Amino acid sequence: MSHAIDIDLHREGPGGLETEEMTLNMGPQHPSTHGVLRFVVKADGEVMRRAIPDIGYLHRSIEKIAEKVGYHGFMPYTDRVDYVSAMQCNQGWAMACEKLAGIEVPRRGEYCRVIASEFGRIASHLISVGATGMDMGAITPFTHAIREREYINDILEELCGARLTFNYMRIGGCAWDLPPGFAKRAIAYLDRFEPLIDEYDELISFNKIYVERLANVAPITAERAISWNLVGPNLRGSGVRYDVRRDVPYSAYPEFEFDVPVGTGERGTLGDCYDRYMVRMREIRQSCRILRQALEGIPAGPVVAKVPRTFKPAPGAVHVRVEASRGDMGWFAVSDGTAFPVRVHIRTGSYAAMAAIEELSKGLMIADLVAVIASLDIVAPEVDR
Amino acid sequence: MQQLADRLIDTGFLQGLPRGLGYVIVVALFAFLMLNFIMLVAGVTSWLERRVWARIQSRIGPNRVGPQGSIQWLADGIKNIMKEDIVPSAADAPLFRFAPYLAMMGFFGAFAVVPFGDGLIVADINIGVLYVSAVTALVVVGILMAGWSSNNKWALLGGIRSAAQIISYEIPAALAVLTVVLFTGTLSMQGIIRAQGWAPWNWFLFHNPFTFVAFFLFFVSALAEGNRTPFDLPEAESELVAGAFTEYSGLRSLLFFLVEWGNLYLIGAICTTLFLGGWQVPAFTDSGLVLGLAQVLTFFLKAYFLVFVAMWVRGTLPRVRVDQLMTLCWKYLVPIAFVNMILAAFFAAILPNGSIFVKAGMCVFGLGLAVHFFQRVLFHLRRAKPELHLSPIV
Repeated sequence: MSHAIDIDLHREGPGGLETEEMTLNMGPQHPSTHGVLRFVVKADGEVMRRAIPDIGYLHRSIEKIAEKVGYHGFMPYTDRVDYVSAMQCNQGWAMACEKLAGIEVPRRGEYCRVIASEFGRIASHLISVGATGMDMGAITPFTHAIREREYINDILEELCGARLTFNYMRIGGCAWDLPPGFAKRAIAYLDRFEPLIDEYDELISFNKIYVERLANVAPITAERAISWNLVGPNLRGSGVRYDVRRDVPYSAYPEFEFDVPVGTGERGTLGDCYDRYMVRMREIRQSCRILRQALEGIPAGPVVAKVPRTFKPAPGAVHVRVEASRGDMGWFAVSDGTAFPVRVHIRTGSYAAMAAIEELSKGLMIADLVAVIASLDIVAPEVDR
Repeated sequence: MQQLADRLIDTGFLQGLPRGLGYVIVVALFAFLMLNFIMLVAGVTSWLERRVWARIQSRIGPNRVGPQGSIQWLADGIKNIMKEDIVPSAADAPLFRFAPYLAMMGFFGAFAVVPFGDGLIVADINIGVLYVSAVTALVVVGILMAGWSSNNKWALLGGIRSAAQIISYEIPAALAVLTVVLFTGTLSMQGIIRAQGWAPWNWFLFHNPFTFVAFFLFFVSALAEGNRTPFDLPEAESELVAGAFTEYSGLRSLLFFLVEWGNLYLIGAICTTLFLGGWQVPAFTDSGLVLGLAQVLTFFLKAYFLVFVAMWVRGTLPRVRVDQLMTLCWKYLVPIAFVNMILAAFFAAILPNGSIFVKAGMCVFGLGLAVHFFQRVLFHLRRAKPELHLSPIV
């Protein structure tokens, strides 16, 4: 065990009986830790004292690899940072390189990026919503959500030939233009998909047991959320209206109308698990809205700017931010004028969320820990990179 | 059954044998028959559950082995038997090995009093209903033993949850059964069925408002006792890996699943016996064989309808939390069951044989409830836009 845990294992219980604190090892092969997360749970029966997250099971040195493979070559690796929504990671790296070299992306390229990453966001949120249902013991919503995600994968496959690790974006734009008839098919899909969101709500969101399981569990106040550095839906679930797409506009996002849904504490306390869940459900709708605008108003022109094959940006350091599915994803890159970056660092949403679990888990039931992990939407590879 | 054994010893195949030995042979024969029958029932139920569940989840389900995958359960069983039987090195080996059989015993014993038809019962003992609730409680010992002896903390949590849950829900279940017994005056399963008729208005479900409530109390409690969703906490996959059965593999693991699916059928069978008129059919023919077959078929259809409802529930609902489970039992079901039983006792004192008006009223009420329910289902089906599911555009 990598942590030195200093908790007195033996303590006097009522009536002089000695009770022992139970140390449970949750993960890395636990069904509900979504990949390879590990928690050391200190429990008193069903009630947890604390759950200590243990990270490092999925570390792949992605940031170090960037220093060896160069700017163009790093693009496929960014898919693996968060493989559940790879498009936004692509976009983050492309934007960092463009900012280093001062490249202007053609408007059609920006639109293609928005279309790709919003589809990616819907797919990612569908997994999150379905997995939350699954962790609460309802398996039906998961299969329904995965079914829709398959269709989105079909659409993205049409766009870039891949279903999970897309490698779609390039420095200066996108790899391929939209295929003929893509916009029509994508809008037809949205026409089909949007009524299904209501169905998900009926299927699970307003289910009495489901609400009881999520409402009032692990509420995070706005102040705590900010001080813990939570981002994305987790931050918005606490009622903080902050979205990088709106507040630090990038790409073509300023041209679209969309709302930033926040948690309202509708079924319990502000910032509880249910709020975080509902924020994701509502973001799916907003993504559909952005997609419709982007697909209808896509301008003509090239999708990629002219970028030299040997990409050598001027020396300097940049930091760009994209709103990934798990929140504000920061990309920091330092160039020394050669074809390889000197340093790359990625700041991800799951990492901060993972750190919050230890505080949140105090006094909850073991079943609630599952709800907390699911509602924070932690994806293991994003934690470790 | 004793008459049958006596007859066999006196005149039949076992002529001349000592009486005790004859009894043993007959009992062993019946046990063997029931065991095979239970295997069949549990297997078919597992296949049915997987198919029903798959439809709910917009999947297809097992469809490779046999027509529509109908003998998939046999393939799974053979596969499981061939698997290695692992006993963890730190486990309490004798208890670990024995636990599945104890759980199995508990529910297998209950099948002795399940009445499949008029006279088609292994043992029509005069305390049938009590016997069922006593014997099925053995299952909890098995599960607790499995959880404890696995030497695995997840298994231990699962075992303890199971014990707490089953013991708690025994109370509303038993009280709901007593509500019926107030009107029959007998605990014998056949006696309870004979007190009802083939027509719905002669069922105890519609006998009076209190048995109506008791039916739902019993069904919910039975789901909890059978560790079914939304009360499947002992094996809550997303929380406890596989609960008490985490360390089991091969045949022993299979036995636990056998208990689970067999229990599902048992829930349906006992509900049918107590509330839905059991095997009662109108006497439409003189042929005893045809009548017997019709009775068995009726019983199976009614029981499997309830099994289907349980599957439907499992495909629909999430799981409750431990504290919510206990709250539901002790704060709602137990008081309701007590009050319900006391009111039923008053009703029985005033109208010992029931009243045709009350029965008619309850039937109309039940029909209205069913119509309302199916309207809701239809409404949701229309809103679900099945054409979208069936013809994806992309």
